[in-house]
Amino acid sequence: MRVALFVTCVGDAMFPEAGRATVEILERLGHEVVFPAEQTCCGQMHLNSGYAEEAGRLARRLEEIFGGFEVVVSPSSSCVGVMREHYGLRNVFELSELLVHRLGVEDVGASFPHRVAYHSTCHSLRVARVGDAPLRLLRQVHGLELVELPRADECCGFGGTFSLKNAETSSAMLADKCASVEESGAEVCTALDPSCLLHIGGGLSRRGSRVKAMHLAEILASR
Amino acid sequence: MKAPAESFPVAARRELANAQLRTNLRNATDTIRAKRARVVDEVPDWEELREAGRSIKADVLRHLDEYLVRFESAVESAGGHVHWARDAAEANAVVVEVARAHDADEVVKMKSLTTDEIELNRALEAAGIHALETDFAELILQLDGDWPSHILVPAIHRNRTEIRDLFARTIAPGIESDDPRDLAEAARVYLRERFLDARVGVSGANFGVAETGTICVVESEGNGRMCTTLPAVLVTVLGIEKLLPRFADLEVFLQLLPRSSTGERMNPYTSLWTGVSDGDGPQELHVVLLDNGRTRVLRDEVGRQALQCIRCSACLNVCPVYSRTGGHAYGSVYPGPIGAILTPQLVGIENAPSLPFASSLCGACYDVCPVKIDIPSVLLHLRSLAVGAKASPAERTAFRGIAWLFGSRKRFALAERVGRLAQRPLARGGVIRRLPPPLDAWTRTRDLKPLARESFRDWWARTRR
Repeated sequence: MRVALFVTCVGDAMFPEAGRATVEILERLGHEVVFPAEQTCCGQMHLNSGYAEEAGRLARRLEEIFGGFEVVVSPSSSCVGVMREHYGLRNVFELSELLVHRLGVEDVGASFPHRVAYHSTCHSLRVARVGDAPLRLLRQVHGLELVELPRADECCGFGGTFSLKNAETSSAMLADKCASVEESGAEVCTALDPSCLLHIGGGLSRRGSRVKAMHLAEILASR
Repeated sequence: MKAPAESFPVAARRELANAQLRTNLRNATDTIRAKRARVVDEVPDWEELREAGRSIKADVLRHLDEYLVRFESAVESAGGHVHWARDAAEANAVVVEVARAHDADEVVKMKSLTTDEIELNRALEAAGIHALETDFAELILQLDGDWPSHILVPAIHRNRTEIRDLFARTIAPGIESDDPRDLAEAARVYLRERFLDARVGVSGANFGVAETGTICVVESEGNGRMCTTLPAVLVTVLGIEKLLPRFADLEVFLQLLPRSSTGERMNPYTSLWTGVSDGDGPQELHVVLLDNGRTRVLRDEVGRQALQCIRCSACLNVCPVYSRTGGHAYGSVYPGPIGAILTPQLVGIENAPSLPFASSLCGACYDVCPVKIDIPSVLLHLRSLAVGAKASPAERTAFRGIAWLFGSRKRFALAERVGRLAQRPLARGGVIRRLPPPLDAWTRTRDLKPLARESFRDWWARTRR
């Protein structure tokens, strides 16, 4: 299958490893990945911050770039949520959804001998609604021990500009999330959203924690 | 309705500093959340019930003019008096007038958010009439000059030791036990005589049935029923959005409400009354239909779904923001996610512009709402209005500038290159620990992963061409 990759703005600038891993997994499974060079941002930050007009312009731009592809994949469930649920681009899928629900693959041939906690981000759970696709993929990873994350479905407190406008509340939420991650005994905390991982990773790093925040795609690309 | 005195971030900062509050809230919301989930999961047609609840309420809002007139005539044919109140002052004046007409220097009150919204107690006090709160939690708050922080559990921010100490200072001198049963008994002894003496009772309402003029109140203690049955005169203050078309519609809501709010299968005390009946209950019934900003909310096609709310408080109990800050941070009798969309609409967005931003948009509220209010979408809509009304020129410029950068891949790639240069002095040891304002809001509590040395697009260009 020919798959267009939307790497997202945060993915491009801060988590290129998640984009590279996405390409690697899909190519390993025999699919062709294309990267439309005009892509930038889905406009989620503008939409969520009250700048609907600016978001609308970015949405139309994205539609022109990706509208013609049969399948678009993105390693960010919140961007997928915005594109599919708000802009109505039905051809956009989050990586784990694409693998499990559309391509019918659970074992991608990965090996990752570590204890991993899965944080189900708000938008993967309640907007993109990826269900248990990521867990099915993780369960097939060779050597991986999936540990229980207490309150896995609770928000990490990122929320885009919420993390700045309501920094104290956001930090209180993050402190509880980081405590849960540490309590789980995991070596790695994984999720489907670079932005949430940026937040959780930043919190863990500030606490001097040894737990690493890592995108699901990176785990699935490991061999 | 009074606008919040402070912005949400300022109020939240103060509330977050209260560790006891956070523990109390966490324990209480965890318990009630688990109870709700259990009793909702056991209903096989829960989604159909939600949809029924949503569509009945949407129909009420669409045809409110007709239903209100129908309700008025049904109440009057059953022997009640109907008063129309445009705002809090008009509603309060009706209650004061009724109390005065019956020479009452005290009225007994059932727990009611609507009367809190219009600050009825203060208006009565100004007229020399004491309003006695008879709901256990409301009584606690009244005795302490405090105010509700949760729709259903108004004193959720208090624990039993604090309550024992308060009772010892006020209604039960010498009380030593903080056993909930002993505390409830102390309140019972105090309230019982007042119920028997009261001439006028005041209530809110959960539902008003347009077809029959029936008023419905659901409660857990039975004290509300004392207020609505013992005094000879009853005044019920009802927000105009509380109507249901038919008596049979109660079937839907009396399933949705208890399971969503207290996590119970059936509500303990459900009172229904239609006008007045000879020799049974109040012999004089006044119903005040309150607008107080609701018709303005109704004019907003996106925002009006906030008026579908049946005040169950499920959204508060699952909200990660509410469970950290508590209800007082919202500066309104309507806290939590529903407050974040209702208060700004009732008082005008320019008077509460920070409330729609008091959410991480996690969506947990929408999933539990028994009448399917799409709170995240209304938040986004109100954020747009708030930006239009109140955003600083600096913020506007920043967002427009960023949108312009995102408008072309060349500009975006250039911005990435500039960012990589700019972060050099800041990114030490692979993380950024300090940033200048306004980004220091991030780095006060969190490290920041720097921009990658090579962006994805650069990697793609290097390896795939």
